[in-house]
Amino acid sequence: MGKVIVMTSGKGGVGKTTTSAAFSAGLASRGHKTVVIDFDVGLRNLDLIMGCERRVVFDFVHVINGDARLNQALIRDKRLEHLYILPTSQTRDKDALTREGVERVLTELREQFEYIICDSPAGIERGALMALYFADEAIIVTNPEVSSVRDSDRILGVLQSRSRRAEEGLDPVREHLLLSRYDPERVERGEMMKVDDVLEILAIPLLGVIPESRSVLKASNVGTPVILDPQSAAGDAYRDAVGRFLGESLPFRFMRPERRGLFQRFLRRSA
Amino acid sequence: MNILSFLRPKSTLPTAEQAKERLKIVLAHERSYASAPDYLPRLQNEILQVIARYVELEQDKLTVKLENFGSTSRLEVNIDLPKTAASVVAGPASQADRKSDDPDAAADEPATDARAVL
Repeated sequence: MGKVIVMTSGKGGVGKTTTSAAFSAGLASRGHKTVVIDFDVGLRNLDLIMGCERRVVFDFVHVINGDARLNQALIRDKRLEHLYILPTSQTRDKDALTREGVERVLTELREQFEYIICDSPAGIERGALMALYFADEAIIVTNPEVSSVRDSDRILGVLQSRSRRAEEGLDPVREHLLLSRYDPERVERGEMMKVDDVLEILAIPLLGVIPESRSVLKASNVGTPVILDPQSAAGDAYRDAVGRFLGESLPFRFMRPERRGLFQRFLRRSA
Repeated sequence: MNILSFLRPKSTLPTAEQAKERLKIVLAHERSYASAPDYLPRLQNEILQVIARYVELEQDKLTVKLENFGSTSRLEVNIDLPKTAASVVAGPASQADRKSDDPDAAADEPATDARAVL
């Protein structure tokens, strides 16, 4: 039985899709059969970040409506044999995702996959609620910035009251904090909240700290999950987070400004 | 992309250029679809089912496009047949095994494989 993981945040632009792409690629590269689903109906973007935008024929909504079979809509990643992508629809119909339809698709996916990553849209509207409703685990993507932390707190409340696990009185959704766009130099100058500040407010276990990194934009430019970039600090941090998710105990890196010489500076810049 | 990239011949575009190219292609495709009726996927599926009765065919070997030319529209059905079947059903099999996940390639080469313009 596969596990359903939602990537959620409340706020937009914090890195949910980047994280979904990185996490699913990270799990798949460790041999776990993984599928990543775009829940942002009307604003398809996961396909671009994964680099499969020209291979989309059928989508999530076609499968829900019975216009296509699940296996017709699943796109097999060309880099990782255990990774599949289920793109969303471009329809403007807000009611395209029905709870029954989503449940049917997730039930079928649970039989085929070990991990099902749900890339939530921003907000707390239908798409976001559907993405988190069936979750077993939630990765809360947060930036060290006031509005992001507040929205993460809101979405934690929603997880604890309006998920299937909450409604049916089952074990609660397991929550993990992923702090992204962390800039240790600004933290040191007192311009950005520290990891501990955010942890104190949100009070959920820390899964990873992803440093602000130029490689994230470069990876999205070319449609490659940043975790597949072996030279990227963000990629390293995502690999660590995936390891922790799978139960490994790894020290947190990239939380202090790098002291580096000229030569290293040059290396990092070209990476 | 690392320090050694200076030693390699500069064959690939900067990533920002690649981003622009990818966006142009995907948006051109999507804008043409924006006005397309919702029956296209179902139509594609039904055509696929009929063909699959005669030839073993994968879903991604068939594309359906609707293009608008002023007052008329053109519905284009493009089918890549496997080599063995192509000689029976669609004549020359020269390009039948061409990669088909590239919608533009399919549009740019009018004389390939089985094609119906309705």
